[in-house]
Amino acid sequence: MKLDARDQARLEGKEGPAIALAMRLVTKAADIMGATSLIDVSFAHLDSCFYAGRAHLDFAKFLQSHKARFAVPTWTNNGVVSLEDPSLRPIGEDTEMVEGARALMEVYADLGCKPVFTCAPYQLPGGPKRGDHIVVGESNAVSYYNAVTAARTNKYGAYLDVACALIGKAPFAGLHTEQGRRGDILFTLENVPDSLKQESIFCHLIGHHVGMLAGRQIPVIEGLSPTTNVDGLKAISAAAASSGGVEHWHGIGITPEAPDLATAFGGKAPKAVYKITRADLRAARNALSAGRDGPLDMVQLGTPHFSPSEFANLLTALAGRRVKVPTQVSTSRFVRDFAQTHIAQLEKLGVSIVTDTCTYYSPRARGVSGRIMTNAAKWAWYAPGMLGVEAVFGSLKECAESAVRGDVWRDKELEL
Amino acid sequence: MKSRILHQGAAHGPVLVLTEALSFWGAFDPREGEIIDIHHPQRGAKLKGVILVMPETRGSGTAPGGIAEALRLGTGPAAIILGKGDMNLAIGAEVAQTLYATPCPVLEVDEKTYAVITSAKHITIANDGTITVQALPNR
Repeated sequence: MKLDARDQARLEGKEGPAIALAMRLVTKAADIMGATSLIDVSFAHLDSCFYAGRAHLDFAKFLQSHKARFAVPTWTNNGVVSLEDPSLRPIGEDTEMVEGARALMEVYADLGCKPVFTCAPYQLPGGPKRGDHIVVGESNAVSYYNAVTAARTNKYGAYLDVACALIGKAPFAGLHTEQGRRGDILFTLENVPDSLKQESIFCHLIGHHVGMLAGRQIPVIEGLSPTTNVDGLKAISAAAASSGGVEHWHGIGITPEAPDLATAFGGKAPKAVYKITRADLRAARNALSAGRDGPLDMVQLGTPHFSPSEFANLLTALAGRRVKVPTQVSTSRFVRDFAQTHIAQLEKLGVSIVTDTCTYYSPRARGVSGRIMTNAAKWAWYAPGMLGVEAVFGSLKECAESAVRGDVWRDKELEL
Repeated sequence: MKSRILHQGAAHGPVLVLTEALSFWGAFDPREGEIIDIHHPQRGAKLKGVILVMPETRGSGTAPGGIAEALRLGTGPAAIILGKGDMNLAIGAEVAQTLYATPCPVLEVDEKTYAVITSAKHITIANDGTITVQALPNR
């Protein structure tokens, strides 16, 4: 491992104990990954602000007490609680946990982070650009930044994300290297009708299916609609990251590093080719609907955080009708402010907005259990295990219509 | 026997072999030091003070917090030996060592060594990563 003079001095503690710890973590990670050098990064998005016990807070306070500052622009992921709305806290968790979670978010803001508290940082202006080396922990954001932005990041776990942001460098390995970004396996869509590809639900289903088969390999998808928008790309990124651990993917003719198959695969042949069928998409939908159709207890939207265009689509789908069951949408503070006109109208229809946190926790915060409908593959995949609820998966239109009726409604046009 | 050091330290203790990968976030409760994943074959096992031997870990970006929290509370293992190296546990162990001065070496071993270790009762780990095994007597 080659360290320059400054990094060597940091390792020896010449810039204080916090930087020394950060340097130890970065070099340790480099050794384990087999990297022989570090690469400069220009941006970080931290997962370490998500409270996982007192050690998380002690770590942040250790950095704070030694006056550590981030070397690069550093943004924060969701926290466990909302700093904006004290009523949004996980019930059933002890006070220490809730207070600790709040304190942790405050310490990171104090350390110089931009406190955006969002799992969809790519929806905010001023983020990384194509070719930038960055440090990201949140799985959907890792997948989106690599695939859609064509910035370069590995998936950085707790503490290491912070360490890299303090040093401004990361181990030069994996997805930071040209070789590490090539496609492994190919998915084709010739058996899926074009009309279906235009539906937003399609992107969630394809992402889930691809992730299940890809695991941690890099999937390449051929045949996506040229009109697939950023919300669709977000859905694919998030669903594939949660069902399989996908950290990078290519969409031929869609994502920047994949103008054609040869480029996406770096001239090599795919290790496997899968032809996706309607039956695959049906199976994905069934896997995501652990709950049966019937009377609803709640609707949960915004995993990852809702975008301005998704708020507009929800407003259209509700068509001025009030929701009958509690309907929560999680988003970032930024998008909440940006989309305030639409959000004000949605709130009049009974929709509530959650910021700073993710809705795996908020259903418990409001004491809701039972059958919950969502348009997000990621939410539908995780919530039954994490919250013990029955998840029902549907399109945004199906969710909106069901919220109005208080009962799961199915769109005949989306039959698979 | 030699090992690859992912996090350095010395330790000794009884061996606990997990037959499946464990995630230190979600599948493990640091407060009790207990495996809580209902799907894990060693569910209910307590990790306090053991030399934890497992094929690999299951990935979660929050896992370093799980191991660091267990070491803080004194419910964590004395050492971890993996068949396949893992970054998260080494990072968590390093942070815990710095904050709480709790040693917990993390080692990676090859297949042959792994097979020997899984049939051992008690293990000693030296600072240089050397593993000494007290084998189970024949029955």
